[in-house]
Amino acid sequence: MKWLHRPYASMMFLALLVGTPSAQAEQVTGKLLAAPGVTQVEGSGGGGLVPWAVLAGYDSREQTSGTVFSTQVHLPDYRLNSQGVAVSFYDRVEVSYAKHRFDLGTLGGALGVNDIEQDVLGVKARLYGDLIYSQWPQVSVGLQHRWLRDRAVAQVVGADEADQGTDLYVSATKLWLDAFSGVNVLGNLTLRASRANQFGLLGYGGDVEKSHSINAETSIALLPHPQWAIGAEYRQKPDNLSAFEEEDAGDVFVAYLPNEHFNVTGAWTNLGQIAGSKEQKGFYLSLTGYLW
Amino acid sequence: MKTLLIAVISALLVACANATKTTQDDSLYRALGELEGIESITHRFINEIGFNREIITHFSDTDLGRFKEKFIEQICFESGGPCEYTGDSMQQVHRGMDITEGEFNATVNALTAAMDTEGVDKRTQNRLLKKLAPMRGDIIYQ
Repeated sequence: MKWLHRPYASMMFLALLVGTPSAQAEQVTGKLLAAPGVTQVEGSGGGGLVPWAVLAGYDSREQTSGTVFSTQVHLPDYRLNSQGVAVSFYDRVEVSYAKHRFDLGTLGGALGVNDIEQDVLGVKARLYGDLIYSQWPQVSVGLQHRWLRDRAVAQVVGADEADQGTDLYVSATKLWLDAFSGVNVLGNLTLRASRANQFGLLGYGGDVEKSHSINAETSIALLPHPQWAIGAEYRQKPDNLSAFEEEDAGDVFVAYLPNEHFNVTGAWTNLGQIAGSKEQKGFYLSLTGYLW
Repeated sequence: MKTLLIAVISALLVACANATKTTQDDSLYRALGELEGIESITHRFINEIGFNREIITHFSDTDLGRFKEKFIEQICFESGGPCEYTGDSMQQVHRGMDITEGEFNATVNALTAAMDTEGVDKRTQNRLLKKLAPMRGDIIYQ
């Protein structure tokens, strides 16, 4: 039972927490099943790597909602653990918080650092539309502000700033009912202004590029059944450090959304080269629970 | 990775192209089990609504016989079947009801539950939902 370490135990606790059947048998939720998507690694409603225009919960214009999530990414040389909460207000504004713990494994030993921790606070506002019902895609703008708690590695790799940084993004997301032969298709395009090195874990900016650059992120998902989504994502990333090349990230995923209380996503992800370790590909597992 | 990006974008474009396609065939009508199937779905749909206290209140003044008849006509017509919809416009029907987004979704869920019970597969359900989705603007917050 080697895998039953702390992150998985916390995921199971989360499963127990949200798995409890709620009293309302006929829920009046603001969104159809799967419409909030799942939780993105930085805590925003979205896919796995990419924030979408949808807000994190099942709230309608009259409701609020709260979600919790836990995500593990197993890479050859690293482990990423991300956990957090999101509250969505009246299908208009989402506020999210995620805590990242990036375990450096044996590589950390050389630096005398076991892991890198950071906090990510996100805010997202829906500007236009509805994922399913508006003619044009739903459009939201958001920001993700990060505070790096462990700055030693960012300083060692040559980050311009090791303290904190802000990403700004705009996302357009649409679900086409019956896009082809009865299968629903979701498409998302996000443009992000960022100076983060490796999701901010290695600080912000570097000798190649000090300031924000615009990066495209995209997701596509097929929903042959409301409870199942399969798809792929691609996230361009800044490449600010001459000494440590940063590559774009991608994933292919399967999400299972049995009901409006929780969903689980498994993905195979390729985060490319991270701090000199090449080919960081591995399994991604994420659970989102909907509290109210 | 670049090829993946291209694949994703092409898939998006294909999805867009397909989404705007209009079909005039009656395959959806047939997939729903024609008039008999639509009648059974409608019967189940009304049952499902009856179990939802939030939405049943909107039916307190409704002539259920007429609702059933017009709903069957509408589904038959929208699915490409040999029917005319002779009821009032969606805006007229829902005026003053102030139906919320949440209640609208609960009604969609009632309809999909009815279709589940009647053995309509999810892809056929998605095809019907696509036909009905444009009506939402005339139904909510009227």
